[in-house]
Amino acid sequence: MNSGARTRTLWGVSNTVVIIVAIVPVLWIASLSFKDPSTITDGTFLPRKWTLENYRGIFDTSLFTRALVNSIGIALIATVLAVVVGSMAAYAIARLRFPGKGLLVAATLLIAMFPPISLVSPLFNLWRQIGLFDTWPGLIIPYLTFSLPLAIYTLSAFFREIPWDLEKAARVDGATPFQAFMRVIAPLAAPGMVTTAILVFIFCWNDFVFAISLTSTNASRTVPAAIAFFSGASQFETPVGSIAAAGAVITIPIIIFVFFFQRRIVAGLTSGAVKG
Amino acid sequence: MAEIVLDHVTKRFPDGTTAVDDANLQIGDGEFIILVGPSGCGKSTCLNMIAGLEDISEGQLRIGGRVVNQLAPKDRDIAMVFQNYALYPHMTVRDNMAFALKLAKVDRTEIDRKVDEAARMLELTAFLDRKPANLSGGQRQRVAMGRAIVRSPQAFLMDEPLSNLDAKLRVQMRTTVSRIQNQLGTTMVYVTHDQTEALTLGDRVAVMRAGVIQQVGTPEELYEQPRNLFVAGFIGSPAMNFLPATRENGQLRTPLGDLELPAEVRAKVDQAGAGRNLIMGLRPEHFEDAALVGDKKPQGLTFSASVEVLESLGADKYVYFHLQGARASARELEELAADAGATDVPGGADQVVARLDAASRAREGEQLELWFDARKLHLFNPENGAHLTL
Repeated sequence: MNSGARTRTLWGVSNTVVIIVAIVPVLWIASLSFKDPSTITDGTFLPRKWTLENYRGIFDTSLFTRALVNSIGIALIATVLAVVVGSMAAYAIARLRFPGKGLLVAATLLIAMFPPISLVSPLFNLWRQIGLFDTWPGLIIPYLTFSLPLAIYTLSAFFREIPWDLEKAARVDGATPFQAFMRVIAPLAAPGMVTTAILVFIFCWNDFVFAISLTSTNASRTVPAAIAFFSGASQFETPVGSIAAAGAVITIPIIIFVFFFQRRIVAGLTSGAVKG
Repeated sequence: MAEIVLDHVTKRFPDGTTAVDDANLQIGDGEFIILVGPSGCGKSTCLNMIAGLEDISEGQLRIGGRVVNQLAPKDRDIAMVFQNYALYPHMTVRDNMAFALKLAKVDRTEIDRKVDEAARMLELTAFLDRKPANLSGGQRQRVAMGRAIVRSPQAFLMDEPLSNLDAKLRVQMRTTVSRIQNQLGTTMVYVTHDQTEALTLGDRVAVMRAGVIQQVGTPEELYEQPRNLFVAGFIGSPAMNFLPATRENGQLRTPLGDLELPAEVRAKVDQAGAGRNLIMGLRPEHFEDAALVGDKKPQGLTFSASVEVLESLGADKYVYFHLQGARASARELEELAADAGATDVPGGADQVVARLDAASRAREGEQLELWFDARKLHLFNPENGAHLTL
């Protein structure tokens, strides 16, 4: 056995271990979601009695379907806003010299590092005072607070890689600064924008802390929060099957996203790392 | 087409540096003018100000009689070619060239006609549907030119457009640029740091140093009547030789020997108020092998030097030698030496080069009798670099 083969085996084994560790919980949830309520606690990996009852159950209740609509709507709006506002801010940071730029970048990073849980109770009070409690904007705003720094940081790394002369050329060619941005700079930064959009979407989609604290009804409750309100057939029963089914359903969009754009995400993360 | 006038134009950056200081330049309609100078002399800043990519701190810029200080680049009707071409990588060659026309909402058929015409002129027709990434350096350069040409602008601005090409291609493109300018007759402002490019291309050349325009003139004027040390040293290849010289009772004492100063030269030097110490400049071609001079000998001076390096170029021979205590010093000369990289080469700064006839018998390492034409001598004031005998 030569050293090349040994290295390959070593990599193979460690990769397999990592994949198993990562994927078993996901498969376990999927398996639970297909189990009949009576066999939930039997401990077998493959369901002995397959059923779609859990899925039928969650889609029957407005609790889940309404939450799904809320989740998709809130995450999409927050993502679009974060990418649009973030790319403009990132462009300014990458291209312009203005007083206080360093401070601005530092401040955005500081916000990103702030523990969200510490904001929950002040926001709860504030939102109730000004009527944002249990509304879509009530969630979109804090999501923007935490995703914008991420968006600005990733995007400015992308913008820095685009030669400035391209913008100058566009402006001499007769473009307004906005046209130069839309027709020359933005298309070139598209991979960065897609990456950022996915990262922001995942962040909003997965959030639980804000979703559970700043909502109270179906009006704006998102799926992660709604799952916590699932109830079993009787009050002595935990709704494990429904929770597993809901968990499986909300993983699907993320998997599709990542499946389509994985190369872009990796490119985005690494380019941010090297250039940032 | 239009004339461009820089009227006391100054550019100061926020950090306090003055990039361009009180520049005055009249560029005639259809003229091909070159801004030349070492890197950091403000030539590109000048160009950017004409394009509208940099604000003007003071003074007035007029294009076609209209003051354009406050106009955005898009309202100035000028086209620019960048050093790195700045082609839009996500567009095909055709779209690159059509971009400006599309923005100007020109009719589709008109756009196609103009793009095809420019492509024919630059031999790009076969590449119109390619992306810039799939083009060679020379082709990209031509696309950049094409993008400027299709617009039929009032003026072309070129920022070192050939400096990214290899030497052979650069010479070819030089003639292409010349041809295009002749064909279109459009005013062209061309920035370069290469004095050969400047002399071969321009109707007129403006030499810049540290933000200040030193001299504007035809290539011949700059070569034969440089107004100061900097212009004299910058224009010409190989560069002019500078040697220290002192005046003593009408005589000029030089490392090459003493010579009589004509009365009118003496008068001019006195008038200029220069001290005893001067710098003399001699172009390499004003030296000759003493054996080949013939009856011109009395107008010059003969001296002997030991040949260190001999370069035989076929048509002529270049002879390099050192002279004892022959180092002229002036700020301008140090700057030129730094720009040419001569400070990095031991002995590079005070080497003298002479261009001799191919018939010369000069041999490396041997003594050689050399002659120089004293009538072609330039004299400079080492204090301010001014030419004393113009």
